[in-house]
Amino acid sequence: MFEVENLQVSYGQSQVIHELSFKAEKNETLAIMGRNGMGKTTLFKSLMGILPSQTTRIGIDGVDLTGMESHQRVANGIAYVPQGRMIFPNLTVQENIETGLQVSRMKSIPEEIFSLFPVLHDMRHRKGGNLSGGQQQQLAIARALVTNPKVLLLDEPTEGIQPSIIKDIAKVLNEIRKMREITIIVSEQVLSFTMDIADRIIVIEKGKFIHEDMRADVNAAMIKKYLTV
Amino acid sequence: MGEFSIQELTSILAMQGFAGISLFSVLLLMALGLAIIFGQMGVINMAHGEFMAMGAYTTYLLSVVTQTYFPEFMNYYFLVAIVASFLVAGLFGYITEFVLIRHLYKRPLDTLLATWGLSLIMQQSFRSIFGAREVSPTLPDWLMGSWMPTDTIFIPINGMFVLGLTIVVTLGVYILMFRSTWGLNVRATTQNRVMSGAVGINTKQVDRLTFALGCGIAGIAGAAFTTIASTGPTSGSLYIVDTFMVVVFGGAASLFGTIASAFTIAQAQSILEFFISGSMAKVFTLLALVIILMMRPEGLFSIKVRK
Repeated sequence: MFEVENLQVSYGQSQVIHELSFKAEKNETLAIMGRNGMGKTTLFKSLMGILPSQTTRIGIDGVDLTGMESHQRVANGIAYVPQGRMIFPNLTVQENIETGLQVSRMKSIPEEIFSLFPVLHDMRHRKGGNLSGGQQQQLAIARALVTNPKVLLLDEPTEGIQPSIIKDIAKVLNEIRKMREITIIVSEQVLSFTMDIADRIIVIEKGKFIHEDMRADVNAAMIKKYLTV
Repeated sequence: MGEFSIQELTSILAMQGFAGISLFSVLLLMALGLAIIFGQMGVINMAHGEFMAMGAYTTYLLSVVTQTYFPEFMNYYFLVAIVASFLVAGLFGYITEFVLIRHLYKRPLDTLLATWGLSLIMQQSFRSIFGAREVSPTLPDWLMGSWMPTDTIFIPINGMFVLGLTIVVTLGVYILMFRSTWGLNVRATTQNRVMSGAVGINTKQVDRLTFALGCGIAGIAGAAFTTIASTGPTSGSLYIVDTFMVVVFGGAASLFGTIASAFTIAQAQSILEFFISGSMAKVFTLLALVIILMMRPEGLFSIKVRK
């Protein structure tokens, strides 16, 4: 179980995330939806320890992660797929994935990664920077997965990716959850993608959660209203 | 140049070329350390020359100790001295990173000033401990003399030894960089520090090790340096400017570029030195460098991919 209690983030004097608290169960996919500039990326970065935050508690299965540095959080079970992929452009595909291996102390990339992303196997000796956007997204997910996370954070995984690949990514995320029974938290603006993967949807606006629904009860028209400018 | 015969000219070129190779060896060892430190954490280590001097003094100390207490080991002490120079300079680098550098990341001007201050402190310490006069370790016999492929060409053995040492160290750095976990971490951190932390790399530890390794290699350069010149408190600072040139000219973060640029600069300087004066040789080398850098600001070699 992933718990966040009373998370606050400020840029200088202006607070952009206001006292957020939420929980996500094991084997649950939670989607955080909101327009640009509402605090999704800031929330994720502060969960990873990239941005400083004032937080009462962030915990995974009883382990307290509050105040830890990024790499320690990764070692304790959070993995992060950032907005814009942020793969290492000058490392080969294989090396990109290997950067995540140290945390899990595995010697080589497990078979299942390549069975999830066959295209990465074919391209494993190419430079990450020479892959297409969709392939880079898969690479970023693979790199996060080899750390054996309990919680996988994905920040706008569909941004700038063509529709057919978006469907593939949804399929892969569902497969990962089935295989590993982990918590997946994804931030999104695309409702159709979210409806394919999420069990629960939370809407964020101006750094506050303003709406929460289980997928079955989602009123699509209403969520869409939150997402349009 | 009319007064030289073809044979003399060939001999001159061969010998000056080889003198250039000795200079190349020291410059390359220095530049390797400087380049991996700069690539990893954007710190320009002004005290890098003093780490070289530290390696040279370590070699000198070991030679004195061996000569006084274990004269029968004089033939082997130099190999131990190379390792010791690496360890002493590396350890001191590790401490420097921990005490000084890590508090100044993201403040490039301050690191420049702080490491420059450190270099002054170290120079004065050398002066206080070893005296202002230049010192030279006693070299083992097998490093003396020269090899004569023809009647007019003399190739010094110490130069060949230094070249061999440089090749071994460069290969070692290459293997570390591209085959080891540390190397993978360095290359990842160089490209995206924040993201490296977010995939679980302890970037601060990587910094510390990299700084120590860079300083250690400068220490090896110091040990090599003792075979071709004598060591004084300011020996290091004489080489630091040339080393910066090598790094900038080669294109930071490119191992191959560093090698090529060290070779070009050392050879140009050494061959020109024979025909015109040493300072004019430097002027011409620098001029050529400035012109090339104006046309290729990113240096000789740089990697191109989609960002």
